[in-house]
Amino acid sequence: MRKKTDKKTGGFGTISLRRSAMSAPYLFWAVAFIIIPLLMIFYYGLTDKTGAFTLANVAAIAYAEHSKALWLALGLSLISTVICLILAYPLALILSQRKLSQQSFLVLIFILPMWMNFLLRTLAWQTLLEKTGVLNSVLSFLGLPALNIINTPGAIILGMVYNFLPFMILPLYNALTKIDPNVINAAHDLGANGVQTFCRVIFPLSIPGVISGITMVFVPALTTFVISNLLGGSKILLIGNVIEQEFTQAGNWHLGSGLSIVLMIFILVNMVLTNIFDKNGEGTVL
Amino acid sequence: MQKRTVITKLGCLAVTGTLLAGLLSGCGASPASSDSAQNGEVVVYNWGEYIDPDALEMFEEETGIRVIYDEFETNEIMYPKVEAGASQYDVICPSDYMIQKMIDNDLLQELDFTHIPNAKKNIGAQYWEQSEQFDPGNKYSVPYCWGTVGILYNKTMVQEPVDSWSVLWEEQYADNILMQDSVRDAFMVALKLNGNSMNSTDPDELAAARDLLIEQKPLVQAYVIDQVRDKMIGGEAALGVIYSGEAIYTQRENPDLEYVIPKEGTNVWIDSWVIPKNAPNKENAEAFIDFMCRPDIALMNFDYITYSTPNDAARELIEDEEIRNSSIAFPDLSQYENLETFRYLGEEGDELYNEMWKEVKSK
Amino acid sequence: MMKKSAEKIYIALIILFMYAPIVTLIALSFNNSRTRAKWGGFTLRWYGALFENQAIMQALYNTLAVALLSAAAATLIGTVAALSISGMRRRSRTIFMSITNIPMLNAEIVTGISLMLLFLSFGIRFGFGTILLSHITFNIPYVILSVLPRTKQLNPSIYEAALDLGASRFQAFFRVVLPDLLPGILSGFLMAFTMSLDDFIITHFTKGPGVDTLSTKIYTEVKKGIKPEMYALSALIFLTVLILLLLVNYRPKLQKPSVSVAERK
Repeated sequence: MRKKTDKKTGGFGTISLRRSAMSAPYLFWAVAFIIIPLLMIFYYGLTDKTGAFTLANVAAIAYAEHSKALWLALGLSLISTVICLILAYPLALILSQRKLSQQSFLVLIFILPMWMNFLLRTLAWQTLLEKTGVLNSVLSFLGLPALNIINTPGAIILGMVYNFLPFMILPLYNALTKIDPNVINAAHDLGANGVQTFCRVIFPLSIPGVISGITMVFVPALTTFVISNLLGGSKILLIGNVIEQEFTQAGNWHLGSGLSIVLMIFILVNMVLTNIFDKNGEGTVL
Repeated sequence: MQKRTVITKLGCLAVTGTLLAGLLSGCGASPASSDSAQNGEVVVYNWGEYIDPDALEMFEEETGIRVIYDEFETNEIMYPKVEAGASQYDVICPSDYMIQKMIDNDLLQELDFTHIPNAKKNIGAQYWEQSEQFDPGNKYSVPYCWGTVGILYNKTMVQEPVDSWSVLWEEQYADNILMQDSVRDAFMVALKLNGNSMNSTDPDELAAARDLLIEQKPLVQAYVIDQVRDKMIGGEAALGVIYSGEAIYTQRENPDLEYVIPKEGTNVWIDSWVIPKNAPNKENAEAFIDFMCRPDIALMNFDYITYSTPNDAARELIEDEEIRNSSIAFPDLSQYENLETFRYLGEEGDELYNEMWKEVKSK
Repeated sequence: MMKKSAEKIYIALIILFMYAPIVTLIALSFNNSRTRAKWGGFTLRWYGALFENQAIMQALYNTLAVALLSAAAATLIGTVAALSISGMRRRSRTIFMSITNIPMLNAEIVTGISLMLLFLSFGIRFGFGTILLSHITFNIPYVILSVLPRTKQLNPSIYEAALDLGASRFQAFFRVVLPDLLPGILSGFLMAFTMSLDDFIITHFTKGPGVDTLSTKIYTEVKKGIKPEMYALSALIFLTVLILLLLVNYRPKLQKPSVSVAERK
């Protein structure tokens, strides 16, 4: 926005002459399609049918059926995020230590599933997990007891982990490859063993990746309504389902918006946390 | 450095992939428009998988009107879209109570039956009579499909005879029961079992129905809409609440399945064509409705979607005698008691139902 | 040695987890039965039926068109935005980055609904255009976030040197600055493309009558049972991408020069 070149930020000087002109299109876009729509959610969320101001829609989160859905969503998405982290960290570490040519190929292998439609992939889990599904057929063929996890919270966690795992792998991998191997070698030279090197050097340096990975998994998991519908048999109501139903079925936009505002508060907390750990304000998502 | 190689690869991948796929779809998807659009278009909003695609093509060929076709999953999803008016449809196919709601809220326009000669000619008198319940005077709607709601059960998994909704509350079928995932249908089952009207707005009756549904929840495998079909065919569940139209299809795929209308009574529903007030192409819409009422077209649709047709002339054309006289597709309604059709219960009624349903679902 | 095989097993297990549903989908595409619940023997007929299914082909076309156009537009807007953000002071930069983070961090359902409300209140007709606008909106942040780190690595003196050597501003920008940004731009484009391809929720709320992407098409079908043609299509998409991936992966060995650019840094 400012015309003056600011050496501290390290931008390249001369181009910045037209900086304000350059930021204009994005500024326009952001106001039109991000800020205004958000304000509309706030407008609906803070008014009732007659258009009068009210906090009732936001306070409605305290109703038993809403707060239960919120806690359940928080719980399930938290568990999924932790599982994703535990699964993805070793993988990202292994990948980052592979030969270069292998690395890029393997990373692609983990992005590839995202090119298949996620509804179809989630639906395929239904086929796999059903009582008469593929997994149970295999188990009974091996003489093992059947596994009944479809339509349980367990199945929803599985769906979340499955769908959002790549979002954890990528930032972790990027953070880990950015670590200068010389730093690790130095640690070894100074007598650190494998565990020490990891705890003192590698892990701290990968924190930005961990943080953005957590955000990338936690937020979509917290707000999903599709996974809980498909794998939870519509028996388990998450906050995303409640909001979706208010908008598409009950037709109560005010309540739906009010609950969305509550959801945004949680995301705001997440954003603040991200900013604390990621001081450059840039994230390492990619 | 290494990132660069990944990225170059990914970049190539994206571009080539798109190009290839574009080619692929290019061959298949020659936009259906160009040649047949000379008489304008008609925007149709119908249930998912609720028409034979060939019938749409025939309509385009015969009339030169281009069909823009869109689908919805439930009445409740359809309504706000039409009400908001951002999407303008010409023909919609809602159910009985939703038609009443749309009439009440002044969203529909009266039909000009001189443009729809096939309707009065082919559709049976009893269906017009039934439509009077939600569309007094038959001014706004033309019946498209009708049916009942009942229990579909797997004979290999359920030994006793099924004749009551109460079977859905039996412990022995825990985790083998599929319920409907829509407010009115779910409450219909509980209200009927309690001997109440399924159009009740009495808070006490509804509370009792809600408690019954909550009591049932641990036994329910899943709340589904149309997935009940696939799950029953695959033997995933023993019992499911299902629309009669799906019953014929499922029996075809899995002969172990049986459909009953419970003795406590059930919902007799009609889905009808209507034209919204803001329809940009009313004449085309009427031409479309008339086309759908033609016996040969109604028969095509019946064969494809297996939902009962109110088109008597089409029913006469059904070759398979077993189906023509099927008690599932064309039940003799006088044999059953307590049959009802959903009515619109007003905004307050809707809210009451939604609130209670949320309580059931979140338990 | 132990460690290496343990690593391999671990990778294999995760790959198994990621690909089990995809294998299932491919298997279903050969299932000679209209329902996924029953195995009716092996068939290839859905592959034939696929190309005759206008609705699916149209949805595929829409999906690709939206993904390509929205990714391209987002790349353009996002790159320019990233360049301007990189030169900002800390405060305006923080404001800009916070706005940028909103669509990424906000629940997709909230983004979708808020856009729906916007289009509704301005009386914009829902259709292809509204989907496209929404996709551009949620794609821009991905581009900004992948270009921004690159702008930090830019060396202003090279740009100035180019000017001193008589290059015009445009020449200097396209010959010097852009090549350095390119990897970030490409990965931003790719990310945007992928996100757009995979999006369901936002499209669900912003689509208009008769305009379906594969996602929304599938969602309507989920309730009724997915058409087997859809499995065939996803099998084909998967195969195409996989083959391309293998080709691209083994190509650099033949064409050394194109890689050397990458290794300059």
